[in-house]
Amino acid sequence: MMNNNDRVEIRKTHKLFIGGAFPRSESGRTFEATNSSGEFLANMAMASRKDARDAVIAARAAFASWSKATAYNRGQVLYRIAEVMQGRAEQFVQDIQNSEGVSIKKATKQVDTAIDRMVWYAGWADKYAQVLGNTNPVAGPFFNFSVPEPTGVVAAVAPDSPSLLGLVSVIAPIVMTGNSVIAIASYKNPVPAITLSECLATSDVIGGNINILTGDPADIMPWLATHADVNALDLTGITNTELITQLESDAAGTVKRVRTAPADPDFYATPTLSRVRAFTEIKTVWHPMGV
Amino acid sequence: MAFDYAPAPESTAIVNIKSSYDLFINGEFTPGGGTPFTTINPATEEVLATISEANQVDVNRAVASARRAYDKTWSKLSGADRGKYLFRIARIMQERGRELAVLESLDNGKPIKESRDVDIPIAAAHFFYHAGWADKLEFAGYGSNPQALGVAAQIIPWNFPLLMLAWKVAPALATGNTVVLKPAETTPLTALLFAEICQQADLPPGVVNIITGAGETGRMLVEHPDVNKVAFTGSTEVGKAIQRQVAGTNKRLTLELGGKAANIIFDDAPIDQAIEGIVNGIYFNQGHVCCAGSRLLLQESIAEQTIESLKRRLQTLRLGDPLDKNTDIGAINSREQLNRIIDLTKSGEDEGAERWSPACAIPDKGFWFAPTIFTNVTQAHRIAREEIFGPVLSVLTFRTPDEAVEKANNTQYGLSAGIWTEKGSRILWMANKMRAGVVWANTFNRFDPASPFGGYKESGFGREGGVQGLGAYLNVEDPS
Repeated sequence: MMNNNDRVEIRKTHKLFIGGAFPRSESGRTFEATNSSGEFLANMAMASRKDARDAVIAARAAFASWSKATAYNRGQVLYRIAEVMQGRAEQFVQDIQNSEGVSIKKATKQVDTAIDRMVWYAGWADKYAQVLGNTNPVAGPFFNFSVPEPTGVVAAVAPDSPSLLGLVSVIAPIVMTGNSVIAIASYKNPVPAITLSECLATSDVIGGNINILTGDPADIMPWLATHADVNALDLTGITNTELITQLESDAAGTVKRVRTAPADPDFYATPTLSRVRAFTEIKTVWHPMGV
Repeated sequence: MAFDYAPAPESTAIVNIKSSYDLFINGEFTPGGGTPFTTINPATEEVLATISEANQVDVNRAVASARRAYDKTWSKLSGADRGKYLFRIARIMQERGRELAVLESLDNGKPIKESRDVDIPIAAAHFFYHAGWADKLEFAGYGSNPQALGVAAQIIPWNFPLLMLAWKVAPALATGNTVVLKPAETTPLTALLFAEICQQADLPPGVVNIITGAGETGRMLVEHPDVNKVAFTGSTEVGKAIQRQVAGTNKRLTLELGGKAANIIFDDAPIDQAIEGIVNGIYFNQGHVCCAGSRLLLQESIAEQTIESLKRRLQTLRLGDPLDKNTDIGAINSREQLNRIIDLTKSGEDEGAERWSPACAIPDKGFWFAPTIFTNVTQAHRIAREEIFGPVLSVLTFRTPDEAVEKANNTQYGLSAGIWTEKGSRILWMANKMRAGVVWANTFNRFDPASPFGGYKESGFGREGGVQGLGAYLNVEDPS
């Protein structure tokens, strides 16, 4: 394609985001991302079983340090993501228009909401434990308190639309509490996820803490649902009930936590803490009181 | 000279055990259509009663009864009125506490001092605690209008029969759900006495239904299409099967499964208290405790002396008649469980660990297992990895706090952990590192209705008790 100056543009290679790097799929396979009219946008990396397993290794390694980061620090890192996203806002709008075929107004609203959503969760990082945890007035001479802690490694599927806002709405509550995530971008509208990966790569996120795969969730998720080092599944983007049943059943192999989205989810509405609860564990500590 | 203990048996006169028990459906006792089975006293192997088995028709009747009660009665009551019923139940449980304790010890084999001082009082406390929540749910942090889920199917184990019933039934009713509960097939009697308590409390018919039977009855209950919530406490193996069964349904699920807790003793620990904590951690309730401190992690410098002290202490434990008030270790609940303990301890010897038990007279009849310690245990041994669910302690050692953390977390489970040290900052550091839902520091095996209980990893998900436990039975509208 040539632009108005007859200059031949430099196009982008759309790759996976694993361990803070941008590898092609190990499988060497790609699929075509198209616009809403079915016209070619880009060749996307088709993530394989091996890519998914590499992402789990990266996510587990990052969990060790990210889950130890202070709440203040986690909040700042999420806020930093929002800052970098803001700088890329025009590109996101373009990506969304291309992928979803929506008006510039709708695309802009989606991008604004996605950035604001990241900021919303950034602000929760040093507060959610105060809301979900507490001391417990037990009947005895003990100091007893409960705190939420991150579950571990979460595999998540973003919805097809809104492609960017959905992806951000899935990722942010998972990582905000200290989890690592392997997020599978929309298979239908994957292009905005690549731009998000580029934001993540330049915004203080620990390599491997957030991994983004493109490809068919029906191919990738069964490997993650049966992977013993994955602690939880977020099936937000999966609408095929047979696949949901299979993944929920596979999850039982290592007692993974599973969250599915309500029918007809509204990503523009202010969320509840449901996603935060779904991927945290309550730990209760007892200690005697005495002299 | 040695002073012997005189026998101090608790009288069984307070309990009137019927020769047979029916199912409790829609507020009435009604015969089941399955094959009746017996429940025995594991300390004597004598039959206590014949119990109805619920078949598919009975499961359908029980769920229909719970649904009807939910639609017509329970969901229409105010929270305050629901709470009043729970307060009534709590009071009757206290009034009939001695009767419940004796019955629990007869059916389960646990020492009367435990059923009397732990199981029954905490069970009553669970109803008292949750009674107060019933009209305050909008303050619990689940939004301004949290709703009940509907009919809850609840399956409980045999290790704390009435206490596990209370952990399940009290929060379910407080949040406005109705229940069908299946007690374990070897310990149904206190649940059936609880059914009488529901009658005495004039609880509306169908709000609580109790059906008896084994795994097949449980499976039919879990699979019933009109069930909205499944809550299970039991083995990880069965928990996984249940998670598979509910896959693809909209049933909400909470699981309280197995454990293999580390009880970690640092060299600066208050050692006498720690010895008591170790004993309480693994020999309480014959070790039939999912959160039992079954892996003792000793810092190397104090390992020898601690094991010696522990062995001395074990020689003073009294094994025998569960109804004797001086008994420390009662009967193993069933022959099946005894065989499992025997099998796993044999594997400990076969794999090279060193076995020790105090000299301990074993009664002729009934199911018994002497308190046992294994030393020279490695992390790969089955007795260090698998839940034994018996009075068997596996001892490992460590040198540094980091090594203690590594070993403690090296398990598929994550239910509980114990930490013993006088250093406060180390307690908090260790508590933070444990991948476990309950951490006891300088204490062990403490339970309270206000304190949430539940596991990480393959020990299950969801919490029971505390404000967090309410979430397991509430429906909160989420936009996404």
